[in-house]
Amino acid sequence: MTAYVIRRLLYAIPILIGVNLITFVLFFVLNSPDEMARMHLGEKRVTEEAIGNWKREHGYDKPLLFNDSVSGLARFTETIFFERSVRLFVFDFGSSDDGRDIGYDIAQRMWPSLAIAVPVLLVGLAFNISLALFIVLFRATYVDLGSVVVLVAMMSISGLFYIIGGQFLLSKVFHLVPISGYDTGLHAWKFLVLPVIVGVIGGIGAGTRWYRTLFLEEVSKDYVRTARAKGLGERRVLFRHVLGNALIPILTGVVVVLPLLFMGSLITESFFGIPGLGSYTIDAINNQDFAIVRAMVFLGAVLYILGLLLTDISYTLVDPRVRLQ
Amino acid sequence: MALMPVVLWTDALVFLLIALAIGFALYACRHEHLRAPWQRVMRSRVGMVTLVVLAFYVLIGLLDTVHFRLRLPEQQPGAQAQFSPEVLSLLDVLLRSLREGQEKTYSAPFATHLFVKEAIAQPDGSVVRDYPRLLHGGSHLRDLDQRGLDILFRGLGGAVQGLLVWCLLTWGLVWLIAQGQGRALGEMGSLIRRGRTRLPWRAGLMTLLLMLVIAFVAGNLALKYHILGTDKVGEDVFYQALKSIRTGLVIGTLTTLVMLPAAILLGIMAGYFRGWVDDVIQYLYTTLNSIPGVLLIAAAILMLQVYMSNNADRFESLVERADLRLLFLCLILGVTSWTGLCRLLRGDALKLRESDYVQAAVSLGVGHFAVIGRHILPNVLHIVMITLVLDFSGLVLAEAVLSYVNIGVDPTMNSWGNMINSSRLEMAREPVVWWSLAAAFLFMFTLVLMANLFADVVRDAFDPRLRGTR
Repeated sequence: MTAYVIRRLLYAIPILIGVNLITFVLFFVLNSPDEMARMHLGEKRVTEEAIGNWKREHGYDKPLLFNDSVSGLARFTETIFFERSVRLFVFDFGSSDDGRDIGYDIAQRMWPSLAIAVPVLLVGLAFNISLALFIVLFRATYVDLGSVVVLVAMMSISGLFYIIGGQFLLSKVFHLVPISGYDTGLHAWKFLVLPVIVGVIGGIGAGTRWYRTLFLEEVSKDYVRTARAKGLGERRVLFRHVLGNALIPILTGVVVVLPLLFMGSLITESFFGIPGLGSYTIDAINNQDFAIVRAMVFLGAVLYILGLLLTDISYTLVDPRVRLQ
Repeated sequence: MALMPVVLWTDALVFLLIALAIGFALYACRHEHLRAPWQRVMRSRVGMVTLVVLAFYVLIGLLDTVHFRLRLPEQQPGAQAQFSPEVLSLLDVLLRSLREGQEKTYSAPFATHLFVKEAIAQPDGSVVRDYPRLLHGGSHLRDLDQRGLDILFRGLGGAVQGLLVWCLLTWGLVWLIAQGQGRALGEMGSLIRRGRTRLPWRAGLMTLLLMLVIAFVAGNLALKYHILGTDKVGEDVFYQALKSIRTGLVIGTLTTLVMLPAAILLGIMAGYFRGWVDDVIQYLYTTLNSIPGVLLIAAAILMLQVYMSNNADRFESLVERADLRLLFLCLILGVTSWTGLCRLLRGDALKLRESDYVQAAVSLGVGHFAVIGRHILPNVLHIVMITLVLDFSGLVLAEAVLSYVNIGVDPTMNSWGNMINSSRLEMAREPVVWWSLAAAFLFMFTLVLMANLFADVVRDAFDPRLRGTR
């Protein structure tokens, strides 16, 4: 097991190098730092001097890959690639284009993101599974058909409408919770209620439908027939046998998204003005702060790979038939 | 020549897609394993209903894809023909009254007056602050109390027109079916009315009637009113929503089209050759997959913006620039979404290469690429089909989200995402300006719902595991 985990972690290295190369090509090769400077400085006719100053201030004034002007190992370390990309491997994100420390910002903004993402995941999971079990209890009846139609309709509504509708109804019409904003500590709860409700409702359509399919697949298996043949009631069959066995795909589906919860939700956070990593990314995109976007790309890739690894490990934990080699 | 055709990049690709679709349809007709599932799709009532509705969307989208520039009136005889710089589509010409019926600012659906007060000069010289009459919406009304009646009569007129067109179409269709099956017209009609036909014609025709009546009622009313109101700069919202259809369809279909070659080639190669080819391709898609999609799109679009702002003079017109950005968005969305299809194809190619007929072909000395082209590709085509249909609705929804983050289509382009984005602040107004949002919701919801239902039918029809269970 330990050997497997270590080997998987080693596999992650070439992938992360690949991610780094892609972002490097996207951000530095396709558009030279000169063009970036010109865009940030904004004016049509920017002097060479101003561009040079901007590059020096932000540390983009070195050669891309290979530095001729120094000797020894410094030829490779005194370059943009080393300073901007290789350092990401030790989670040294450097500073953003307006001079803030990205690593510090990420550590600060992680918590509000989690404060929304975790409740949405847990409440959504409990709600969707109960709803799906309820629908499966009434399978092949009009209740089943009607709920599937409602679920498909809910899936077809863009998440933006759930957010706008939720804000409009709960905050503007009924004045129950503030429209947006955030507070530190426990006072934050009243700002969190609405995003969590909206997040859960927005996920019902796809989530419940997926769990319904899972349960229906299980229900048609042999062990369920055996359980019924033994004379167990339908509810006991569903809640003990079917739910227990369906937990394997449910669990692995959840584990894969766990690490990505840190990244926060882009849209929800920016709509509700929550200072998490999602709104951090959005602000960076809108301010064209390439350093932050690059850091978030790397962080996202690391978390994704971590998710895959956790999924494989959780398979062995819940299903003894799976062996890792 | 009274007009000069303009073929934008996305137009060309849409035409290519149509050509491919026709080619594929002809191919599928001659191959039982592809024809049978499509017949199952057609035989399902949901499939028929959604197809009819989708056909309306596609028709509007296609009308909006034929672009041209109109010829300007000649300044002097014999001079070289001058063309207007404005790029129009067939849809623009059809909806001329909507496009040109611009108001000053917001007005509610079916309103006769502007939504905000303005200083109006009275005939006697005094100035009153009041809601001014609209320039176009309801401007034909002399007596404002007549508005309700006017709307009712125009609506009824539209409904009657829709009914007439439907009768004509239905008569033609029933005649065709009757001819095809060698029955009398009346007999066929009664079979359809009782729903006794193999294909669910009754459901399809009922949907057609509904859609035609809605279209004609809306069209009739839109000539004289702004049926979905006007936006901040006074543009008709109904017109914007109709124009957005093309954007949604283009994103939903072209994204899959542009990623197809790479996904098919790499997926089959990985599964067929295995070994180091497989390793390299797997590495490639795992790497691309591990970059969060939104961020990759954001990074790419940011870079495009840098390029466009530094090379602004390379684009002839705004339309061209917006179109190129749309195409680029499709490309980059394709890069983030091809990995799923690639993995599926790899898995199937792995299975197929062990099958007897592939082994036989290889041992007879057939080349690898001939085997892939002749034996493997035809057997994975259904996966490509299902992916194309399944991905569609997700991509339409993604467009709205991306436009909201300003990394979607060009802000000057009509799209539901841009409509939602601009209506965000309108919801905070007092009283609320709701119609832009409602229009975007209505059009987008209908399209995505129909696409989702259709995708379900297609998946059920193609999925061998479900065969025979229903």
